[in-house]
Amino acid sequence: MAKVLVVTSGKGGVGKTTSTAALGATLAQMGQKVVVVDFDVGLRNLDLVLGAERRVVFDFINVVQGIANLSQALIRDKRLDNLWLLPASQTRDKDALTEEGVSKIIAELRTRFDWIVCDSPAGIERGATLAMRYADEAVIITNPEVSSVRDSDRIIGMLDSKTVKAEQGGRVEKHLLITRFDAARAARGEMLNIDDVLEILGIPLLGIIPESQDVLRASNVGSPVTLNDASSAPARAYVDAARRLIGETVPMIVPAPRKGLMDRLLGRRAA
Amino acid sequence: MMNLPWLFGGRTASAPVARERLQILLAHERGSRGQPDLLELLRSEILSVVSRHVVLDPEKVIVRMDRGDAVSMLEVDIEVPNVVEKWIAAVT
Repeated sequence: MAKVLVVTSGKGGVGKTTSTAALGATLAQMGQKVVVVDFDVGLRNLDLVLGAERRVVFDFINVVQGIANLSQALIRDKRLDNLWLLPASQTRDKDALTEEGVSKIIAELRTRFDWIVCDSPAGIERGATLAMRYADEAVIITNPEVSSVRDSDRIIGMLDSKTVKAEQGGRVEKHLLITRFDAARAARGEMLNIDDVLEILGIPLLGIIPESQDVLRASNVGSPVTLNDASSAPARAYVDAARRLIGETVPMIVPAPRKGLMDRLLGRRAA
Repeated sequence: MMNLPWLFGGRTASAPVARERLQILLAHERGSRGQPDLLELLRSEILSVVSRHVVLDPEKVIVRMDRGDAVSMLEVDIEVPNVVEKWIAAVT
């Protein structure tokens, strides 16, 4: 049975596209047939993060409008045979995305893939509501920071009321992915810690992605962080998260603070 | 995790403040969630009632709620074209 997973957050810049690419690539590496779908009409970026920006010929809207068929618009990843991308349109007409069009494409993708991972745009407007509209599951990306947590709470409310699943009396299964977590700052009380965020949002934790330079390095070269440096801390955290998504039990590793130079000089305890 | 700022140098931990502010804010926001829809409901029902008698531009029906401490003010602003007013006068 195909699963539609929306990666969403409300707030922008918290790591939706990075996480979509990393989770999609990892699921594909595990043998699942995966399509990652960019819903950010007008501001597409998933193609860039995946290094496929020069291979985009047709896009989501072209398929909705019947200019191209789905097979023509889907781009197969050059590294992973099981990973495909459906790029967003760069049109400035936000109304080009219709509920009917999205419904039709999602239904068709369901017949071809195991996972349909929808990269939501920021905000709570049309693009974001359509990205979550047909979701079975949701990954909510949250930074340990007040505005991100607040926006995530709002998005959780929308997942519980504005999705087809919710309207039919069902529930979208929600997972919290905390990104850009800085263990040292959390230990010093400068950043919300994992327990704070979990207690406030009240949804199960899928994973903790540590703040890391590896993420930018990977997007610079157009590669999911999990492929670019599989041994890096964020890559390992994304792999664990993807394994939990397919139902494996993986112990949660809360990143431990590394001692900084000042801590060592002053003989401070890190946590 | 314990927050013992004096162990880690002079700066006071700000995360507990963030946590408390969020808890208060979200408790409030969750409570009022769905309420903005009340205005939309009022607007559409007012529009349909008035439209039964006069032709209106739906965009010119504005329903607003000003919340006060003791009472709130519901403000309904409906713009009616002059042609319609004359028509009403003629009928009555």
